[in-house]
Amino acid sequence: MATDTLSNHQDHAHEHDHHDTAGTKIFGFWVYLMSDLVIFGSLFATYAVLLGGTAGGPTGADIFELDLILISTFMLLVSSFTYGMAVLAMNADQVDKVKKWLAITFLLGAGFIGIEIYEFQHLIHLGYGPDRSAFLSAFFTLVGTHGLHVFFGLVWIIVMLIQLQKKGLTDMTRPRIMCLSLFWHFLDIVWICVFSFVYLMGVL
Amino acid sequence: MFGKLSFDAIPLHDPIIMVVAMGIAIGGAVVVGALTYFKKWKWLWTEWLTSVDHKKLGIMYFLVALVMLVRGFADAIMMRTQLAMAAGGAEGYLPPSHYDQIFTAHGVIMIFFVAMPMVIGLMNLVVPLQIGARDVAFPFLNNLSFWLFVAGVALVNVSLLLGEFAKTGWLAYAPLSGIEYSPGVGVDYWIWALQISGIGTTLTGINFFVTILKMRTKGMKLFRMPIFTWTSLCANILIIASFPILTATIALLTLDRYFGFHFFTNDFGGNMMMYVNLIWAWGHPEVYILILPAFGVFSEVIATFARKRLFGYTTMVWATAAITLLSFIVWLHHFFTMGAGANVNAFFGIATMIIAIPTGVKIFNWLFTMYRGRLQFTSPVLWTLGFIITFTLGGMTGVMLSVPAANFVLHNSLFVIAHFHNVIIGGVVFGMLAGLTYWFPKAFGFKLDEKWGKRSFWFWIVGFYVAFMPLYVLSFFGAVRRMQSYENGDWQPLMIIAWFGAVLILIGIACTVIQFLVSIRDRKKNADVTGDPWDGRTLEWSTSSPAPFYNFAHEPEVNDIDDFWNKKQANGGKPPRSKPPYQDIHMPKDTWEGPLIGLFATVFGFALVWHIWWLAIVGGLATFAVFMARVFRDDVDYYVPAAEVERIEREHQQRVEMQA
Amino acid sequence: MRRNPTLRMLGVLLLLSLPVLLAGCSSALMDPKGQIGEEQRTLILTAFGLMQIVVIPVIVMTLLFAWRYRRSNKDATYSPDWSHSNKIEAVVWFIPCVIILFLAVLTWYTSHSLDPHKAIAPDEDQHEPMEIQAISLDWKWLFVYPEQGIATVNEVAFPVDTPVRFRVTSGSVMNSFFIPRLGSQIYAMAGMDNDVHLVADDTGTYPGRSTNYSGAGFSGMTFDAHVGTQDEFEAWVEDVKTSPDSLGYPEEYYELVTPSVHDDVQYFSNVAPSLYEQVVKSFHAGGNHAEYMETYVDASVRETLGHGGGHGDGHGSDHGEGHGDDSESHNDSESHGESMSAEAAE
Repeated sequence: MATDTLSNHQDHAHEHDHHDTAGTKIFGFWVYLMSDLVIFGSLFATYAVLLGGTAGGPTGADIFELDLILISTFMLLVSSFTYGMAVLAMNADQVDKVKKWLAITFLLGAGFIGIEIYEFQHLIHLGYGPDRSAFLSAFFTLVGTHGLHVFFGLVWIIVMLIQLQKKGLTDMTRPRIMCLSLFWHFLDIVWICVFSFVYLMGVL
Repeated sequence: MFGKLSFDAIPLHDPIIMVVAMGIAIGGAVVVGALTYFKKWKWLWTEWLTSVDHKKLGIMYFLVALVMLVRGFADAIMMRTQLAMAAGGAEGYLPPSHYDQIFTAHGVIMIFFVAMPMVIGLMNLVVPLQIGARDVAFPFLNNLSFWLFVAGVALVNVSLLLGEFAKTGWLAYAPLSGIEYSPGVGVDYWIWALQISGIGTTLTGINFFVTILKMRTKGMKLFRMPIFTWTSLCANILIIASFPILTATIALLTLDRYFGFHFFTNDFGGNMMMYVNLIWAWGHPEVYILILPAFGVFSEVIATFARKRLFGYTTMVWATAAITLLSFIVWLHHFFTMGAGANVNAFFGIATMIIAIPTGVKIFNWLFTMYRGRLQFTSPVLWTLGFIITFTLGGMTGVMLSVPAANFVLHNSLFVIAHFHNVIIGGVVFGMLAGLTYWFPKAFGFKLDEKWGKRSFWFWIVGFYVAFMPLYVLSFFGAVRRMQSYENGDWQPLMIIAWFGAVLILIGIACTVIQFLVSIRDRKKNADVTGDPWDGRTLEWSTSSPAPFYNFAHEPEVNDIDDFWNKKQANGGKPPRSKPPYQDIHMPKDTWEGPLIGLFATVFGFALVWHIWWLAIVGGLATFAVFMARVFRDDVDYYVPAAEVERIEREHQQRVEMQA
Repeated sequence: MRRNPTLRMLGVLLLLSLPVLLAGCSSALMDPKGQIGEEQRTLILTAFGLMQIVVIPVIVMTLLFAWRYRRSNKDATYSPDWSHSNKIEAVVWFIPCVIILFLAVLTWYTSHSLDPHKAIAPDEDQHEPMEIQAISLDWKWLFVYPEQGIATVNEVAFPVDTPVRFRVTSGSVMNSFFIPRLGSQIYAMAGMDNDVHLVADDTGTYPGRSTNYSGAGFSGMTFDAHVGTQDEFEAWVEDVKTSPDSLGYPEEYYELVTPSVHDDVQYFSNVAPSLYEQVVKSFHAGGNHAEYMETYVDASVRETLGHGGGHGDGHGSDHGEGHGDDSESHNDSESHGESMSAEAAE
């Protein structure tokens, strides 16, 4: 059963006839996203329960700066569009365009993260850090978890840019770009929920 | 430099732990010495640790689970001994600080590091074979899941020697598990062991869900899948939907403990009831993750050894699906006494007892599978019969607990302990031991010794009743769970009987160990040459034992439930053999990244437990780096040449003919 | 309580069927001393009995089928392909459904009638309801009598035939307040005002305890509930009032909050007004729990207790730090808690 002795080194990824086909990968990634959604669901539920737990500290209406959040929301929404353009470029086999659109997506995502870091840092500076009250704990965790996902998305974009540079569009990189696409749009949808549920309803 | 870690963390003052530590050290030294002496390190690394072969991973899961069963059982018998002694003002031999760790560790180990890996191990071994696949959908992830699980095991065991384990009960209810009430490192070990292994479990869930949905062989429609595969599918759906809740809950507790957040604290707006709700929103589906595959095992065993089609296949499937669904809307029955309103309690109580309906139907279906069959009393069948009776009783006490107004006096008492051991030992443990005996030849090419298997069964089942029936009785006297000592001396005789039951179970475990040794000694005599030792009904029996690493030379094609059985019947009782021409077979390559990520994840978790921040950063970065190495690796697969397949198949067929 | 012959016969059957109920006759749950507990006993027995309709046939059929259709029995019918029967399916779905339907109705009804929050309306031969406030601490129970203005530790007393509303909260982690012979338990949680209504039909001393694990001193978190006549109760109150100790807030209260194990019974002749409410509120917005803990409680005591076991375990742990609070802990003898138990003992 020494499997290594049997290998005849197929160096590049082949037409995978049985496993790891692009379709299976993307389906698997969908399933992963659903499990991730359960994490967000748990955090949303926690946030809803702890909304009133301000412990004499500020409520959402006291601290949310909707203008800034609108800008970051806009950036994230546009980044979904630019990612869509990257996928279109991939379908047209234009690797340079893919890279260009990915880079733009990266910048928009980085801008989003930058604004979030500023917001968090500002709140902590005011004394409204996550240790101030259960409400703030839930707020920082829900928004921060989304932010962490976006951060991983950014790392992933860098990885894909490097891989595109080194390998171009292959059977290996294509499904990854598709999975990242799903991930990125998924984060957009989650953010729309965060925006409506946390920020809008918090201010209204 | 070393955070909270210092030499004081080693419990030198505790003779029990020191003896155990010495045992582990000596055992470890023997294993390392043997591997070095026989020059087996390379073999271990290439053939096992880096393997992506689902069968080998299944075997490794089971092996670790059996080792941890011994550890978890050692905890159990220590607890029983303590309670047999600590009556009427006596303090026994375990102070609360030690006893509380033991019952926590016992629960955590038995659920996460014994029952789960047994279930997942069996799924690994069997599911791809049953659906006629050559591997799982994501072989690397499968290996990674295993190593993340091992990381959790490692952390739990390290806690024995360095520091302490949680003293909170296995679910670490907040606020007791918060930093204010549990300032030690015990809860942190709990957190990181479960968090890391839990992520592995989620990946397994995704992997097997995709495998079952996407990789079935030709003709294997959903309603032609073997029942074990069906129950595995449902268990994996439960994993995907529930383990993320555990991940989130533990993460929130982590934030509370490490960064002073206030999710579950008493003050600053925290809400401990949220913790209890979240943990049981995962915890209740969890018990069905364990029991559903066991149901699957019994279905396979009873049909095979009664030589009869499973009665009510379709009903079985729908009953399983119904249980899967219902398991998500019953979690509140774990805390009726929290004081929710009557309507809420009644809803969750009724939802809970509704689960008894599909479960009852399944039991009747097993009975009617035996009916007009030809039942052979092998040890898997004994486990199954023992299960049906024991589980029925356990289900009955479960329904009693599900009535809120009755639960108000039974909650937190030994009745609960007796009930869930009644269903977990009678269901999961019996199921896994039945499955182990049933599929052992498929994994190793020889059968387990029947005599010792039956002895093990009898000691287990008698031991179970002797150990746990007294607890039902004690609960009616007001004895509660997690007591380190009790004032009422009248309880002692029953506690001593329970202790005796635990000793019987110990003998049962010893019988299993002897069974392995005897079976290995007699492996030639008990060899399974044909690959079909039980006259089986499903695809895993159509290939050789042990199955070749590619599972099937040709992708099998199925036309019915129990297709392999039908084909044998049509072929005069003989299984059809694979014939040339063969084709190249595409297979995944082994992975060194999995074990390495597991290692660094262990370092990462350990560093966080002790607040050694630099080491945590190193561990985290190393994990990331290895993962990147994987991402940038292209040569992840290869082709097995047709000639090689032909050689392996011919050898197998020659062996079969020689035996005939 | 109804005592119809069918139920009695069922009872006899059950007594034979399981050691659980054999032992049950004299046990706390099978020999309750209050109306709530009695109804719960009936409920448990009814649920148990109903399920025998399935359980007994299953066990019998398992043994019967397994034996009858053993491989060596060539006389038995063998139909290897027989795997479906609408009739059997109908029966095996129908019977559990009916049983569960019946149980569901019973569940719905009893969840409401035995709701712990539901006040017990006194019968004509019963006294007016009273209120006792229970606070779980590490690791003891504090009982406050708002009407009498007294408080006790690890002992509670109330008159027979008097519905009692126990308001239950925690000054620490989660616990559960339970007097098995009287019925329902309820969780004690910090910052929350929970309650359970109980009534005793007989005088006596009934053990009570926390059922929800709460840390190192959990095993010793027991108390006695003394149920006497109205006069006995009043005498007991007078006795408590002779105590030199009083319980102020926050100082004396937080002294009590300091973790200790196996505490003696203590009496407080005087108690800070609305102490219970203050304890609940101390965890809410504007509450001072954290501040008071810092001021009055030595946090290291918990660790110490956690490590040494606190309580006379003279082996293994030679830490030397394990016995730092001997003044607080130790011995279960009730030095001055005997006034009622003497005549009330069973």
